[in-house]
Amino acid sequence: MEHAQALTNTDLHPVPSQNGGPVIKVENLHKVYEMGDTKVHALRGISLEICQGEFVAIMGASGSGKSTFMNLLGCLDSPSDGTYLLDNTNVALLSRIELARIRNQHVGFVFQGFNLLSRTSALENVELPLIYAAMRAKERHKRSRSALERVGLGERTDHIPSQLSGGQQQRVAIARALVNRPSILLADEPTGNLDSRTSVEIMSIFQELNEKENLTIVLVTHEPDIADYAKRVIHFRDGHIMRDYAVQKRRSAAEVLAGMPPAED
Amino acid sequence: MILLLTIFRVAFKALGRNKMRSILTMLGIIIGVGAVIAMVSVGQGAQQTISQQIASAGSNMLFVTPGALNSGGVRMGQGTTSHLLVEDCQAIERECPAVKYASPLVRTSCSIVYGNQNWLTNVQGYDTHFSQIKLWDVDKGTFFTDQDVLTAQRVCVLGKTVADNLFAGADPVGQEIRMRNMPWRVIGVLKAKGQSGQGQDQDDTIIAPYTTVQKKMLGITFINSIMVSAVSQEASSTAQAEITDLLRQRHRIARSEDDDFQVRNLADMAELANNSNQVMTLLLASIAFVSLIVGGIGVMNIMLVSVTERTREIGIRMAVGATGGDVQFQFLTEAVVLAVFGGLLGVIIGSLASKLISNALGWPTLVSTTAIGVAFTFAAVIGIAAGWYPALKASRLDPIEALRYE
Repeated sequence: MEHAQALTNTDLHPVPSQNGGPVIKVENLHKVYEMGDTKVHALRGISLEICQGEFVAIMGASGSGKSTFMNLLGCLDSPSDGTYLLDNTNVALLSRIELARIRNQHVGFVFQGFNLLSRTSALENVELPLIYAAMRAKERHKRSRSALERVGLGERTDHIPSQLSGGQQQRVAIARALVNRPSILLADEPTGNLDSRTSVEIMSIFQELNEKENLTIVLVTHEPDIADYAKRVIHFRDGHIMRDYAVQKRRSAAEVLAGMPPAED
Repeated sequence: MILLLTIFRVAFKALGRNKMRSILTMLGIIIGVGAVIAMVSVGQGAQQTISQQIASAGSNMLFVTPGALNSGGVRMGQGTTSHLLVEDCQAIERECPAVKYASPLVRTSCSIVYGNQNWLTNVQGYDTHFSQIKLWDVDKGTFFTDQDVLTAQRVCVLGKTVADNLFAGADPVGQEIRMRNMPWRVIGVLKAKGQSGQGQDQDDTIIAPYTTVQKKMLGITFINSIMVSAVSQEASSTAQAEITDLLRQRHRIARSEDDDFQVRNLADMAELANNSNQVMTLLLASIAFVSLIVGGIGVMNIMLVSVTERTREIGIRMAVGATGGDVQFQFLTEAVVLAVFGGLLGVIIGSLASKLISNALGWPTLVSTTAIGVAFTFAAVIGIAAGWYPALKASRLDPIEALRYE
C-alpha cells in the first residue's frame, strides 16, 4: 500500500522544466546487507529521476535507507538489484575500477564529517581528485585554486584542516567535490556538524552553484529547515520513497544570512 | 595509473609525517644492508691478504722435504732423514717438464758477529735460483754466482732485519762478518719482505751458497729440502706428481712402500686457505642477510600498522576516484621508498664500516661492488615483498567502510 502511495506522490511531482533529460535515473533499486545470518533490507525498490539543474533534499529518519541511497548514487556501493543510470550509464553493471572512474569524473561528494586529509593543505586536498584524473601539476594547481576561490577560500589555500573552522573545512570539501566538474554534487548531511549560521552559509553556496551554474545537487538532511533551501524534497521510510514533492515556500540562504546578526568571533 | 612523480611526492610526504617511525623502520634495512656489505668486504679483504702473502712466498712454489726416519720402529718425525741429495734436486730440474727451477736448501742457525755487534739468526743455503723461486731480489749489492756455489765461497746476502741489527744504518755490502769463527763477505742485502702468513719475520735470515753451508758450517752431504718452482701456478699439481714419481724411482721405493719424502704444493695450500675463507665469508654474509630479512619484516609491520591507521585516508582517496590499484601502488611506493632509502644509507654505512675495519686490521680495503649491488637490490626486493601484502590489503578496503572507520 505504502509503495503505491509513493508512486502517486512521484507522479504528482512536477517534472522540472529546466533543460534536458535525467542525470540520475533509478529503477526498482534494492540493497540488502547480509550481516551474518540476518539480511537487512536497506532499500526495497526505489525508482526516481533527477534532472539536470535540480536541487533535491532527501529526508528520513535514521535507518530509512537515505544514506544507503546516497552511497549508491555516489557509486561508493553497488545495488543488490535494480538499475541506476548516471548520465545514461548503467552504473550497476560497472567494475570497481570503472566505479572509481565515475566517482572521479561524474560525482562530487560532500560528507558530514568533511573527510579532508589531515596535515595536508587545503589546496592539496582539493587537488586530490585531479591527481587521480592524472592531470599535470600546473593545471591541477590552477583548477584547485579557482575552485577554492569559488567557495571563498582563495586566501587560505595553504592552511591545513586543523587551522580552519568547521565551515571553512566544509567549503574546502565542496571545492574538492567541484574541482573535477562533476555532473552531480552529492552531500550527505553537510551541515550536520555545523552551527546554524555556518549551515546557512553552506546552503547559500549550494544555492548559488545550483542557480548560477545549473549544478545538480542531491542533499541528505534530517533538518526540515535545511530541506527548505532545496527545490524538491524526497522522504524515505523503511527503504521506500514515502513522499516526493516540490518545495512550495523555498528559502533563500542569501536572504536568511542578510537577516542574521553578524558572526560573532 | 597516476603520474609517477606525484606518487613519489605523496609517498615522501606520508613518510615525512611520521619521521621517527620511518627512520626506525629504515634502520632495520640500513643495518641489514650495511652488515652484508661490511661482512663480505671484510671477508674479501682477508682473502686478498692471504692470497697476497702466499703470492709473495711464490705462488708456483713447491717444496720437497724428507720423510720421517724409521729406525727400528721408532719414527723420528718430519725431516729427520738424510735421503735428499743434491742429485735429487738436479734430477728434478732436469727431468720434470712442469718444473722450471729447483734449488737445494740447507738450513742452520748461527750467531753472527760484526764488530762489537752480534745477532742470532738462521742461515739458509740455496743455489742461484733463489731469486726466481722465492720471487725475492736483492736491494743493494749483488747475489752470489754459480761460481760462488761451485767453489763454496764464504759470501752471503743479508735479510733486512739482520742488516738493520748488525749495521745500524751503515752499508753492509763489502763488509766482513763472522759466522762459526769464519770470516764471510757480505755481498748484498735483500729487499724487505715482511711477515709470512704464519707471522714470522721473513727478513730475519741470511742467504748463502748451499755448498758453503753444507761443507763449511754443517759438514754434511745431504740437503734439508728442495725448493721447486713450477712453470705456472696451474702446473703445480703436475709438477707435484712428476716429482713424486721421479723421487720414488730414484729412492727405489717399492710400490707397497710409503714415500720417504713429502712434496708440498703452495698453490694447494693457498686454495685451501681461500676455501676456508670463502666459507667464513659466506657464513658472515648469511648472518647479515638474516638481519636484512628481519629489517624487511619491520617494514612490513610498519606498513600494516600504517594501512590500519590510515583507513579513513584510503576511504577518502577512493571516494574521490582512486582505484584499488592507485591505493595499492601508493602503499607499495612507500614501502619501496623506505627500503631503497634504507638501502642507500646502508650502502654508505656499510662501505664506511668496511673501510674502518680493514684499516684497523691493516688489510687492503675492498668494498665489494657485488655485495653493494646484491644487498641494495635485495633491499629493494624486500621493500616490494614487505609492502605487497599491506598494499593489497589497503586496495581491497571497501570505500564506505573505510570512510566510516574511526
